Amino acid sequence: MSNSPPRSHPPLAAPPEGAAASLGRPGGSSERTVTLEVLRYDPDTDSEARFQRYEVVCQEEWVVLDALNKVKADIDPTLNYRWSCHMAVCGSCGMMINGEPKLSCHAFLRNYEGVIRIEPLANFPIERDLVVAPDDFMDKLKRVKPYLIPKQEKPISEGEYKQTPAQLMKYRQYSMCINCMLCYAACPQYGLTPSFIGPAALTLAHRYNQDSRDGGRKERQEVAATHEGVWECTFVGACSEVCPAHVDPASALQQMKITSSIDWIVEHLIPGGKP
Amino acid sequence: MSRRPLLREFPPTTWYFRQPRYLRYMSREITSILIAAYCVLLVFGLHSLAAGPAAWEAFLLTLKSPASIVFQLLVLIAAVYHAATWFNATQKAMPLQIGEYFVPGAMISGAHYVAWALLSFAILFLAGVI
Repeated sequence: MSNSPPRSHPPLAAPPEGAAASLGRPGGSSERTVTLEVLRYDPDTDSEARFQRYEVVCQEEWVVLDALNKVKADIDPTLNYRWSCHMAVCGSCGMMINGEPKLSCHAFLRNYEGVIRIEPLANFPIERDLVVAPDDFMDKLKRVKPYLIPKQEKPISEGEYKQTPAQLMKYRQYSMCINCMLCYAACPQYGLTPSFIGPAALTLAHRYNQDSRDGGRKERQEVAATHEGVWECTFVGACSEVCPAHVDPASALQQMKITSSIDWIVEHLIPGGKP
Repeated sequence: MSRRPLLREFPPTTWYFRQPRYLRYMSREITSILIAAYCVLLVFGLHSLAAGPAAWEAFLLTLKSPASIVFQLLVLIAAVYHAATWFNATQKAMPLQIGEYFVPGAMISGAHYVAWALLSFAILFLAGVI
């Protein structure tokens, strides 16, 4: 939660000389006044959330996070939001920007016109202002056992669990998740059925299931191959559309449905079959 | 600092108006209603066939009515749209890895379109239409 004292501005380093010209702006970086409409909620005093407007003088090349930092530094230090890396790696600064789940450090002001409406990530309880309570996601993440469960433990003296590049590529895409929770905010199934394990956690289960060093698929299936697991997914596909890391959770979940169906056929229709 | 997270209601019946992608999803899902209705029509057809030549001829005559033709046209559009969304999704559900590389998704979906065209051609040929 960003409740540290206001820091000096600007949050972005000045662009190198000539950078503006190379971007086709002969006059250098231009300023414009941006109107932010931010959803505020104080658990100590409010019973409902309310919108508050801020007029912020911004550089054209700023992202929404820069504008929020400017608000916090110069206009309203009580505004709360999460952020850390400012380069779409940490996954902390996810919020709804004009109704779309986005990393605010990845949402350039130049792509927005008029009032920019900023709300906390949808489908999560609001902790305070733009900060959501991630408890449900964290619990679900733990339930899918997102770590290697070796087929057979071996002593360290026997060396590493080796893997070929092809075996790595089988799951690599799904290991890129930054736990930003944008996919949960985009998923209507999670909004309608909060017990749904959800895109990111199930994708991580798939990531470990696909890992040649792992033998924990059966344990994960107890959570993943259930109505609350992959079968709650109706393939809206919004998770993959909003994913800033191009993980494609929708793909992972559909693959899990296929393997779960094969498990069921083997178990119920083939005599003596074990998934 | 007390912890009192604010829960927000998810609109159970109007959520798909929130974003165009939700409307696209619902339009894909809603095609199943028209396809289900056409399945009912086929069941009626089978029933007429079992009931004898007169009932069958009456059923065929009903199919040629303007309302029936409009209905069948709508079903055809819905079926084609649904099939296209399904084929486009196959590349996500069935990625094909060869060594360290993945076959481009367009090839996987494209193969389904080709198979669809060939099967449709075979069925129309067997039915004597072409």
